Amino acid sequence: MVLFLLMFLAPLGYAAYLSLFREKLIGGNAFVGLDNYVTALKDPLLRQGVLRVATFFVIQVPLMLLLALAFALALDSGLLRLARVIRLGIFVPYAVPSVVATLMWGYLYGPDFGPFAQLSEKLGLPVPHFLSDGWMLGSLANIVTWEFVGYNMIILYAALRTVPQELYEAAAMDGAGAWRTAWSIKLPALRPALLLTLLFSVIGSFQLFNEPKLLQPVAPDVIDNAYTANLYAYSLAFTGQQVNYSAAVSFFLGLVIVIFSYAVLFIANRRRTS
Amino acid sequence: MRRSNSTPSQSQMSRRLLLTTAGAVSLGAALSACGGGDGGGTSASSAKPVSQADIDAAMKKPTELTFWTWVPDIDQEVALFEKKYPAIKVKVVNAGQGVQHYTKLRTAIKAGSGAPDVAQMEYQAIPTFTITDSLLDLNPFGAGKLKDTFVDWTWGQVSGPKGEIWAIPQDTGPMGMLYRADIFEKHGIEPPKTWDDFAAAARKLHKADPEIYLTNLAGNEAAAWHGLLWQAGAKPYATSGKGNVSIDVDDTISKKLAAYWGGLAQEGVIGVEPDFTDAWFSALNKGKYATWITAAWGPVFLAGSAKSTAGKWRAAPLPQWDASKPSSGNWGGSTSAVIKQTKNPIAAAVFAQFLNSDPASAKLFNTKQSFFPATKPLLEDPSFTGAAASFYGGQKVNQAFADIGKTVSPDFQWPPFLDQAVTDWTETVGTALTRKKDAVAALDAWQSRLTTYAKAQGFTVKTP
Repeated sequence: MVLFLLMFLAPLGYAAYLSLFREKLIGGNAFVGLDNYVTALKDPLLRQGVLRVATFFVIQVPLMLLLALAFALALDSGLLRLARVIRLGIFVPYAVPSVVATLMWGYLYGPDFGPFAQLSEKLGLPVPHFLSDGWMLGSLANIVTWEFVGYNMIILYAALRTVPQELYEAAAMDGAGAWRTAWSIKLPALRPALLLTLLFSVIGSFQLFNEPKLLQPVAPDVIDNAYTANLYAYSLAFTGQQVNYSAAVSFFLGLVIVIFSYAVLFIANRRRTS
Repeated sequence: MRRSNSTPSQSQMSRRLLLTTAGAVSLGAALSACGGGDGGGTSASSAKPVSQADIDAAMKKPTELTFWTWVPDIDQEVALFEKKYPAIKVKVVNAGQGVQHYTKLRTAIKAGSGAPDVAQMEYQAIPTFTITDSLLDLNPFGAGKLKDTFVDWTWGQVSGPKGEIWAIPQDTGPMGMLYRADIFEKHGIEPPKTWDDFAAAARKLHKADPEIYLTNLAGNEAAAWHGLLWQAGAKPYATSGKGNVSIDVDDTISKKLAAYWGGLAQEGVIGVEPDFTDAWFSALNKGKYATWITAAWGPVFLAGSAKSTAGKWRAAPLPQWDASKPSSGNWGGSTSAVIKQTKNPIAAAVFAQFLNSDPASAKLFNTKQSFFPATKPLLEDPSFTGAAASFYGGQKVNQAFADIGKTVSPDFQWPPFLDQAVTDWTETVGTALTRKKDAVAALDAWQSRLTTYAKAQGFTVKTP
């Protein structure tokens, strides 16, 4: 209990405390109450960052979870050859640190000497500008999907393995084929696991940081310091020395995540009861 | 060190900088605070000198100093110090480079304990630490005697408005131009002496071969931009008195610079990709760019990064705005600063001085770390200046940059919020250059962002 207080609540409490002050380079520290939060609510840069990660969530997460689901079902169906190799292959990107993954993709995306660019040049096609304004969110989504499909697949696959064998036997007795079994038995059994991956994804999307931060050096004109809400909080604290405001922004972002997660749970539960 | 993305500080006389809280600078500070900004400036710092007897005593007392630095293999220079002062042990800690290092340093200073005695510090970072009164004035420890050992402009960079000495220079980066002699020759281009020639050459080269560009100006390299501002004679920042700062990043000189580079970018005759990326390294190796506007650490860096082009490069001064008055700016290099919280101020101050001014140690920085020197004796040492670099076709590159170093103006100053200035530059001017938009208009955005920030931080901001 003491450990819990020390390790989890104390840092949170300290951040909350910090967010109520404003320390200036000249003029020192002053208590400002909820001023920082009022500023955050009106801050167009923060709003832009939150909207961007929300867009990211809406596009990337369904794609990633559908892929993960498809792989998990395919593996569980037992119809794949080399299932172990495939399972490992899909999971391996998760074992690659996201820092390394992003640096690697940053190179692959390169407009001059990246392999994609060189390939399209050889084929006489226009060179895709993966790092331009219009493509960037998609390029980031691609990296994150590549990294986390395997992780989500493993969660779903593990859930599938726990489905009692009798259910399958019963379904077979009733004459259900593979597709029917997947739809009527596997999917309902996966619901809690899917919800879990969805919640992880809400948090992951809204806290998007590593990937844009690491692509910033190769596309500084596209990824500014307020590109995502988390990046904004970081640069406020470490570039602008506005630690207090940064704490407020972080809390605000936390609140957004709580609301979003709750909304996801709410929608899922309502479906279940209806 | 090679390059940093911070920005820092400097100059001497005119700027009576923020004495900040400078408690240490006892009497004089109190007086001038009462009097409200004296017009003076150059008078020596008012801190009382520490007697030689005290220094000798402190240097014989067993002491452990902590030194935060990112310089590789600096143990060898430190060993020279420990040999001379066997009672003092120096613990070298690598706390990261650049921003990471400063962030940790700031955190430790704020926490009140855990900060090192001595820290690596780039020139441009000094004001961001003096504004919080975190550095120790080295005047009382005899640092003033070193003034003539160091290149004039470096001394300007480490001096405070009241004559404080905030740090001891270690290495420098006067800016010059490295160019591909083979490409120039092939297209009949002479190394440009003026920026007008340079622009003409850029057009000519790109027209002759659309695959190559005369140079690349990176929209993420605020440090290079500041160096070019420095060369052009701009005074974008000045700090006077406590909390008074003047911000003038869109004056006539800056506008001239932005119109020049923005124009070349819009014409499409120079590259505008970010630097120090994989693509940029490939571009240098493959001859996409015929010059690299860089600094004195550039020659060694390039020789290591573009091996396939060995022998094809040459060094020259930057093109000039006024060929009759050659000038340059500085990009990179760093210093050793003593953190005010040190419990061993004498030993720390002596260490910072010895490390950088002792002839053997200074020489070692050049031969081991390939640092470009900050001391006059070394810059005049024939074994340094006479070295022929095979990567540059046997040219005496050190001599070339030593000469350039003499043309760097000593009175460029950095703002006390460098990181913000750098970030805002990247998001305004840098982005405009990269996207071939109006760079002159972006200067105004930069100016307004910085002004807003400074006001929010409690500064009294003077704008032109």
